[in-house]
Amino acid sequence: MNSVQQKKRADNIMTGLFCAGAAFAVVLLIGFVGFVIIQGFGHMTMSMLSFSPTGLGNMFFNTLYLVLLALIASTITGVPAGIFLAEYAKQGRVTKWVRMAVETLASLPSIVVGLFGYLAFIVMTGSQWNLFAGSLAVSILTLPLVTSVTEDALRNLPDSYRQGSLGLGASHWQTIWRVLLPACFPRIMTGLIMAAGRGFGEAAALMFTAGMSTDIDWNNWDITSSSCPLNPFRPGETLALHIWALRTEALQPDAFQAAGASSAILMVLVVSFSLAARYLSWRIDKKMGGNR
Amino acid sequence: MAELTTTLSGYGAAAAKKEQEKTAVREHDIAKADPVEYTFDVNGLDLYYDQTQALKDISMKIQKNQITALIGPSGCGKSTFIKTLNRMNDWIEGCHVTGQILFEGKDIFKEVDSLALRYRVGMVFQQPTPFPKSVFENVAYGPRIQGISNKKELEEIVEQSLRQAACWDEMKDRLHQSALGLSGGQQQRLCIARTLAARPSVILMDEPTSALDPISTQKIEDLALELKEKYTIVIVTHSMQQARRISDKTAFFLLGELLEFNDTIEMFTNPSNPKTEEYITGRFG
Amino acid sequence: MNAIETAVLKAHRNEKAARFFITVCGIGMALVPFLIGGFLLIKGIDTFTLFGHSLGEFLFSGQWDPSDTAEGGGSVGAGIYISGSLVTCALALLITLPLSIATAIFMTEIAKPRTRRLIQPAIELFTGIPSVVYGWIGMTVLIPFLRLFFPMPFGFSVLAAGIVLAVMIFPTITTMAADAMNAVPKQWREASYGLGATRWETIAHVVLPAAKGGIFTGIILGLARALGEALAVAMVIGQMKEFPTSLFLPASTLTTAISADMGGAMEGGEYSAALWTMALLLFVLSFLFIFLIHQLNSATNLKGKA
Repeated sequence: MNSVQQKKRADNIMTGLFCAGAAFAVVLLIGFVGFVIIQGFGHMTMSMLSFSPTGLGNMFFNTLYLVLLALIASTITGVPAGIFLAEYAKQGRVTKWVRMAVETLASLPSIVVGLFGYLAFIVMTGSQWNLFAGSLAVSILTLPLVTSVTEDALRNLPDSYRQGSLGLGASHWQTIWRVLLPACFPRIMTGLIMAAGRGFGEAAALMFTAGMSTDIDWNNWDITSSSCPLNPFRPGETLALHIWALRTEALQPDAFQAAGASSAILMVLVVSFSLAARYLSWRIDKKMGGNR
Repeated sequence: MAELTTTLSGYGAAAAKKEQEKTAVREHDIAKADPVEYTFDVNGLDLYYDQTQALKDISMKIQKNQITALIGPSGCGKSTFIKTLNRMNDWIEGCHVTGQILFEGKDIFKEVDSLALRYRVGMVFQQPTPFPKSVFENVAYGPRIQGISNKKELEEIVEQSLRQAACWDEMKDRLHQSALGLSGGQQQRLCIARTLAARPSVILMDEPTSALDPISTQKIEDLALELKEKYTIVIVTHSMQQARRISDKTAFFLLGELLEFNDTIEMFTNPSNPKTEEYITGRFG
Repeated sequence: MNAIETAVLKAHRNEKAARFFITVCGIGMALVPFLIGGFLLIKGIDTFTLFGHSLGEFLFSGQWDPSDTAEGGGSVGAGIYISGSLVTCALALLITLPLSIATAIFMTEIAKPRTRRLIQPAIELFTGIPSVVYGWIGMTVLIPFLRLFFPMPFGFSVLAAGIVLAVMIFPTITTMAADAMNAVPKQWREASYGLGATRWETIAHVVLPAAKGGIFTGIILGLARALGEALAVAMVIGQMKEFPTSLFLPASTLTTAISADMGGAMEGGEYSAALWTMALLLFVLSFLFIFLIHQLNSATNLKGKA
C-alpha cells in the first residue's frame, strides 16, 4: 500500500513540475513579446517614424524591399527545386543527396552565408555594399524553406489530380503547371510568408553584403541613380541591422529609444506575418478536410 | 468509316484534310481485311512489374460501339489491362510490356504518340478525380490541353459534353463554382463529361461506380448505355450484375490470364470454363 | 499537320524544356552548400598553406595574434573562440533542456487538446523572432538584471550569452520533442496505464524512450542554431579575447569574433585568413550536425523534420 502511495506522490510531484516548467516558459515568452512591443512603442516619437536620414522609415522601406527581392530570388529557384524533388527526381540516391543539401543549407549559420555572399556578390563582382547582394544572401537562407514547402505541398496533393490530368492526355509538365501548382498555391504562399518572416529579422547575413548605411532621396526616381530608393544596387541598412549598429555606435542621442522602436516594429512585422501564415494554413486544412 | 474519319479529324483544321484522307485510306484497308470493326486488337500481351508478371499472353479484340466488361477477382489484372489500353502504365516505374495492341489498326506502343493516344482513349477512374477548379474549367481542361483557347469554342464544347453526360441541367447554374462541392455521383458524371470533352472515341472506365450509391450507379449505367451509340466503352467492374446489365461482351480475368471472353449473355448463361462458372455464381471472388 | 499533332508536338517540346529547367534548378540548389563550402575552403585553407600554421595550433592553442598583413608571422590559435562557443552552447542546452522537455511533456501528455492548440503555435512563433531583438533585450534588460544578483564586473558575460541562447533554442527543441512524443502510438500508453503504471511512470518508461530519437534531433538542431548565432551573442558576451574561465566574465565565440573583426581585417592578410578558417569550421560543424541527425534517424527510424 505504501509503495502505491509513494508512486502517486511521485506522479503528482512530476506532474506539478511539468506544469510549472511549461507555465514558466510560456509566461516568459509571452512577457518577452509584450515587453518588446510595449516599451518600443512607448518610446516611439514621430520623428523616428519619418522617412528622413534620422528616422526609421528608410530602414523600414529597405527591409521590405530587400525581403521582397530575396523572396523573388528564392521563389524562382526554390519552387522549381521543390518540383524537382517531388515530381522529376528519381526517388533514391539523387533525392537523398539533394535533400541532405537542403537540410545543410537550412542549418548553416547565417553569418557564414553572409561571408559567402560578401565573397561571391561583393568581392568577386567588385561592387560596393548593395541591397541586391544582401537579398541574394537572404534568399540562400530562405531557399531551403521554400523548397521543402513546395515539395511537401506537391506530395500532399491527392493522387487523383495527377491521374485525372494524365488520363486526359496531358503531359507531366502540363499536369504540374495547370493542375498541381494551382492546387498547392496557397501552401506555397504560406511558405513564402514564413520565409519573409525569417528574412525580416536577418542581420548577420547582411553585415557584409547590404551595408550599414542608407542614403536615399525620396524625390529621386531615376532608377540608375544611387540615391533612388528603388535602385537595388545601392547600400541599404535594414531594421535588424540598425539595431545591431545602434548597440555600440551611439550615432544618435536617442539610440536607445530608436533601437527599442526598431525592435518593436520588427517584432510586429514578424509576428503578424507568422500569424498570417498560420491562419492561411489553418484555412487550407479546414477546406481540405471538408472535401475529403 | 465516316464516323471514324470525323472523330479522327478531331477539331477539323481545314489544312489537315489531306493528311486525314491518307490515314483514312489506310484505316480503310485494315477495315476491309476484317469485316467487323475492332477498336482494339490485342495480341499476345505480357506485362511485368519488375520481375513479376501481371498479365500473361492476353489476346482479345474489342469491338466498336460495344460495351466490353472486364470481370474477375481483385488482383486478377483487369485494372492493369485497362490501364495498358491508354498507356497509363507508362507512369509506373518498372512496368514493361511485350506483345502488341492495335488501336484502330495502329500499334499503340510504336505508331501512336502516348499523349495523342490518351486524347482518343479517355479514362474514368474508380474514385472521381475532379480538379480543384470550377466545373467549367474541369470540362474545358482536355480541349485546353489540346490547344483550344477560343472562349466561344470552349463554351460550346463544355455545354455539349455536359449534355452528353446528362448533367447539363444540374450544373448549368454552377459552372463557375468549384467542382469539389459536388456530390460523389455528380463528380463522377462530371469526370465523364470531362473525358467526353476531349473528344475520344473510346472511354475506359475503371470500376466507375464502386464508390457510388445505387442511384448514382444507375445514372452512370444508363449513361454508359447511351454513350455506346457513339463510343466504344471498356468497363472494369466488380459487380457481376453490372456486367450483365450493360455489357455486350464480357472478359473474365484470373491471375493475369484471360480465361474466357464471350458475348455476355452466353458467358452468364453457359460459361465454357468451370472457373468462370464458379466466379459468376459467387463461389469465390 | 493537324491541330492535335501540333498540340502533341508542343506538349513534348515544353515537357523537355521544363524538365531541363527544373532539373537544373534542383541540382543547382543542391550544389549551393558545396559552393559555399568550396569558397570557404579556398579562403580558409590559406591559414595552413600560405601562412604555414598547423591544424593543431588553430584548434587548440590560445595564442590569438594573427598579423593583419599578407606577410603573416602571427599566431592563429582559435582555442579561445572554440571553447567560448562550446561553453556557451553547453550552458544554453543545460538551461533550456529541462524546460523544453517539461513543456513538451506538458503539451503532449498533460494539457487538454485545446490548451495545446493554443500553446504550440505560441511557441512556434518564437522560432521566428529576430536574433538581434533577443540580443537587444539581453543587453538592456538581462544584463542590468544579472548585475543586480551576481558578483560580476560588467554584466556582459558567458552566463548572459548562455541565457540568451537558451531562450533562442527553446522553441526549436520543444517543438521537435513534442512532435516526437506525439508520434508515440496511443496504444503503448494505454498498455502502460493498463498495467497499473502512473502517468509519470508511463512518461518515463514508455514515452520518453520511444521519443528519444526525435528529442535528440531537436537537441542537435538547437545546438546548431546556438553555435551559428552571431549577433545576439555578440551583444551580450562582452567580446573579450579570453578563455571562458568564469560564468560571470566576458569571453568570445567563433561567430562573435568573425562578426566583430572581419569588417576591419585586410583582404588577403593572415588575420582575415584565420577568420575564414573559423567560418569554415562553422560550416563543417553544421554539416556534421546534419550528418549526425541522418545517422540518428536511420538508426531509430523516427523521422523528424528539419
